[in-house]
Amino acid sequence: MSGFGPGVDRSAPAASAGAFADSRPPASDRSGVGSTGPGSAPAVPSIEFEAVSFAYPDGTRALSQIGLRIGSGESVAIVGQNGSGKSTLVRHLNGLLRPTTGRVLLDGNDVRPIHVARLASSVGLAFQNPDCQLFSGRVSTEVAFGPRNLGIHGGELEERVRAALEEVGLDAEASTNPYDLGYSRRKLLALASVLAMRTPILALDEPTTGQDARGVARVRDVVARAFGEGRTVIAISHDMRFVAESFRRVVVMREGCIVLDGAPDVVFGEAAWGELRASYLEPPLPSVAGARLGLGATVTEAAFVAALERRAGTISR
Amino acid sequence: MSVGIRLDGVSYRYAGAAATSLRNVGLELEPGRVVGVVGANESGKSTLCLVVAGLAPAVIGGRLEGSVRIDGIETAAMRPHDLAQRCGLLSQNAATQLSGTTATVFEEVGFGPCNLGLPVADVVQRVWAALGAVGIESLAPRDPARLSGGQGQLVAIASILALRPRYLVLDEPTSELDPAGTKLVAEALARIARDTGAGILLVEHKTDVLAQIADEVVVLERGAVAFSGPAAAVLADPRLVELGVESPAAVRLERAVRTSGLEWSAALAKALS
Ligand SMILES: Nc1ncnc2c1ncn2[C@@H]1O[C@H](COP(=O)(O)OP(=O)(O)OP(=O)(O)O)[C@@H](O)[C@H]1O
Ligand SMILES: [Mg+2]
Repeated sequence: MSGFGPGVDRSAPAASAGAFADSRPPASDRSGVGSTGPGSAPAVPSIEFEAVSFAYPDGTRALSQIGLRIGSGESVAIVGQNGSGKSTLVRHLNGLLRPTTGRVLLDGNDVRPIHVARLASSVGLAFQNPDCQLFSGRVSTEVAFGPRNLGIHGGELEERVRAALEEVGLDAEASTNPYDLGYSRRKLLALASVLAMRTPILALDEPTTGQDARGVARVRDVVARAFGEGRTVIAISHDMRFVAESFRRVVVMREGCIVLDGAPDVVFGEAAWGELRASYLEPPLPSVAGARLGLGATVTEAAFVAALERRAGTISR
Repeated sequence: MSVGIRLDGVSYRYAGAAATSLRNVGLELEPGRVVGVVGANESGKSTLCLVVAGLAPAVIGGRLEGSVRIDGIETAAMRPHDLAQRCGLLSQNAATQLSGTTATVFEEVGFGPCNLGLPVADVVQRVWAALGAVGIESLAPRDPARLSGGQGQLVAIASILALRPRYLVLDEPTSELDPAGTKLVAEALARIARDTGAGILLVEHKTDVLAQIADEVVVLERGAVAFSGPAAAVLADPRLVELGVESPAAVRLERAVRTSGLEWSAALAKALS
């Protein structure tokens, strides 16, 4: 599949989030978002939360005054304490929830008047609990549901189902009943169902939950591939290693607010540890070990080893 | 009479399934011990939980061979009520564990103890203790059906703890918890094992949790025990990688350093501890 719209430099090393925000494409004034005619790669809309607050019908306040801009083609991880509002935030992207006050904009257009079915062509959301999403008696039917609703059929539909199942490693299970799959594979199936829609924006709510090492690697590949294609990828996760290795930008939430927002090096760097711990989070081990050894911000294993190698090189020279 | 849970030569096949999900599994869980279970997805961890807790085959059917004994008694010979009281099971998808009949988290956590016929004062005391153990006292008045994923998981854990069974079988209890919540639950489980003598079988992908609290770890591979032993030794074993199990962060980092050809030093070991 060819790339989506204009976007960030896919090959650049992780820079600061500010750089992405600045390289964002100008908001277009298309009235709709993400046109999906066969063959035409939809442009990737930018996302903007404008002073968004949200309270559930029972009065629970889940988001307060969220301001967040995600440019076209960014990869963003959202982390934070249980109940801090992460899922609530992403459910605003596809219209499942509407702000109590404030606005959510796609390419500058308020999503409020846009019908959920239409938003679904722009934003694919994989739920935290796969059982909230799955309903069909057959894996392939399940995966076909989304794209079919977008008007895809025939050979193209088959191809999408096949490719999505292959991407998550469920190609051998096309005719299985989803409920005969274990939890971890139901979770991958829910992911495949969203991938098959080939939306310009991908939002994944805790995609690595319940996955073993290979499952996590698969999810990592899915994220990398979508990012490489120019799509916007947003994932919620409690797995700080996955976050540090797979995303260019990390947003930290606490009690309905955004308290940190930056590149992994910044958010997991020593200067942010106090804020992180106050948010019930922990920096990844390479970051802690790197700081103890005076190696600077080494938030991934690879960065840690590279910094050690640099130091060894300097000493022996 | 011997105490503990003991599996000997256990094989199990789900009703209607072509393949065997557990093959010749032996396992021992003594009171006061925490035994971790790891393995790739579909390696049989959840099935093992169902078998240990006596749900398979008694409730869900299927065919079991071998012996599963709790405190010397074959689970097949136990009444479901006795079994449930002795062994509490937390299944993998905590959301399915809610009773669906209570209006508040407090009532939800008190639901089990109430059914045991305990005096109200005892129930109340147990509920507060369980909520406190996992740090969710503030959720007590909330509707259990309207919580975040991780909050729901904490409620499910508290509900099991409030039953105070002699044995706890927990299938990925921290999968949706934030790092601080994960630590809190791990500490609570270690404390329960130590102070009350409960035996805990703990399925976890987060091997860092097992490194922290498990006495022993059992590694499953396609329904059979690949190997098992003291937690520290098993978790440092390089075979975990091929078996699809993530090693603890410190083990991974040490391995990464050594593979790169750098020298491993005491200073490095200290920085990783
Ligand atoms: N259906 C609901 N009705 C009322 N309150 C809710 C509902 N769902 C979530 N909440 C509350 O809204 C707040 C934010 O919840 P949300 O699910 O967004 O958190 P989260 O960050 O995704 O947490 P987790 O990491 O546990 O998934 C919490 O206080 C939660 O209890
Ligand atoms: Mg959530």
